[in-house]
Amino acid sequence: MVLVFAESPRGQFKKSSYEAVTYGKKVADLLGTSCIALTLGTTKDAGELGRYGATKVLSIPDASFDTFDSQSYASAISEIAKSNNANVVVLSHTSTGKSVAGRVAVRLNAGLVSGVNSLPTTSGAALRVKKSVFSGKAIAEYEISSEVKVLSLMGNAVKPENLGSAVTVETVSVASAKGRVRVKSVKTQEGTVPLPEAEIVVSAGRGMKGPENWGMVESLAATLGATTACSRPVADAHWRPHHEHVGQTGIAIRPNLYIAIGISGAIQHLAGVNNSKVIVVINKDAEAPFFKAADYGVVGDLFEIVPRLDEAFKKFKAG
Amino acid sequence: MKLLVCISQTPDTTSKISFNANGTEFNAAGVQFIMNPYDEWYALVRACELREALGGTVVALNVGPAANETTIRKALAIGADEAVRIDCEPNGAGFVAKQIAEYARAENFDIIFFGKETIDHNGSEVGAMVAEHLDLPYVSYASKLDLNGSTATLERDIEGGVEVLEVDLPFVLSAAKGMAEQRIPNMRGIMTARSKPLKEVPAVAFEDSAKAVQFSLPPAKAGVKLIQPDQMDELVRLLHEEAKII
Repeated sequence: MVLVFAESPRGQFKKSSYEAVTYGKKVADLLGTSCIALTLGTTKDAGELGRYGATKVLSIPDASFDTFDSQSYASAISEIAKSNNANVVVLSHTSTGKSVAGRVAVRLNAGLVSGVNSLPTTSGAALRVKKSVFSGKAIAEYEISSEVKVLSLMGNAVKPENLGSAVTVETVSVASAKGRVRVKSVKTQEGTVPLPEAEIVVSAGRGMKGPENWGMVESLAATLGATTACSRPVADAHWRPHHEHVGQTGIAIRPNLYIAIGISGAIQHLAGVNNSKVIVVINKDAEAPFFKAADYGVVGDLFEIVPRLDEAFKKFKAG
Repeated sequence: MKLLVCISQTPDTTSKISFNANGTEFNAAGVQFIMNPYDEWYALVRACELREALGGTVVALNVGPAANETTIRKALAIGADEAVRIDCEPNGAGFVAKQIAEYARAENFDIIFFGKETIDHNGSEVGAMVAEHLDLPYVSYASKLDLNGSTATLERDIEGGVEVLEVDLPFVLSAAKGMAEQRIPNMRGIMTARSKPLKEVPAVAFEDSAKAVQFSLPPAKAGVKLIQPDQMDELVRLLHEEAKII
């Protein structure tokens, strides 16, 4: 059986949770077994996970799971994995998954590969699975030989798919370890897709000359339903908030489309974005290193190009 | 205050990455190795700041061969008081976590620091594993840490925001941007680092059941397609019809 832990922060499943269930279902098909999803805490509609391929959803609606603690989460996930004889445990490679996957692996005496980006293959009783390593500069294939395997799935690596089947939702309980972390508050940006989950990202750098010029970037992002991001010098200069900084020291992202405006493309920046499926670079300097990593490039004055591109997208959307 | 900072050695960010002919091993020829940036800039520096403010000891720990001593001495130059090297090839996150946990178990550290991930395997796995081996709370991607007696207040990066939390010592954390500012070792630090204790500890036996067996390079990009600045309709058309992403 493949067990998928589907995160539901503040009661809502995330896109990464649907991706994880879709992935879990495909792994289950590969192994000729079923896919069961697990939710922790208050969840609005656990049955929704059936659409992505879970044949059963186990729900532990204990309010103590409404705030996150790696110990209590890992304990519950491991107990459910054991009592249901899970062969594979799938988590999302998110802030939650990264805190929990290692703990679950130790508890289950399992081999762990985190941040996988494609379906595994079987090699006897072992699984082989790939992930991006060296900050996007290489791909590594891992072999997991333990009886139980733990995988965490990189965001935007698979698309949530309608693999729907009849689903049963069972409320269960588990004697899990009590968490020792006391969550005081959670502050998130309302109304925008968080960068790690965004499918389109519009990002800008020092070429913008100053924070007062960001209106055109925000407008382009609004047209595309994209999330805005920035380069390190821009965040360091406080032109844009720290949480927008993408790159090696900031957030690593892999959207379908990354539009880089006035960013030269230092290797530290590329390390955080080079897994994007398509990269568009707009820069006045034809020698900017970013063009080497780009799929499409526009050399010229961004102050003229960006509004023009915004208009072109608007026309396309209206068309 | 007894603080442990686990430091990993990785290829420099700007290194050209290559493998042997059959893709089974990393090619280290001509590669410059550094302390994993997040371990250095955020974890080690914050630990040193806390020691400076509250007293105590900062121990830098590396799981690796003797060749890693240059990196370990740098941690001492930045401000660690002593260092430990667990003598082995660091083969896999599970293996490394086991080594760290077995060493730390008897030492009763108040806080065990990691960087948010290493820039080679990008796993973010070892901190959580060590916390589990030692049955300690774990706070990942911490961007702020303050101490008040035996209680720590932290901020943790989550998708699209931050979580503020409290936890009592002892605990394990992984450090992200915001935790501290990078420090360049000064001449005095470099001189005193030479005489600070660096203890070698034997590794314990452990078979990691997840192993990297095959490496490859990503397919080369086809090369950039340049579009004239006055042809933005054409760019949109290409993104729609050719790249098929809008």
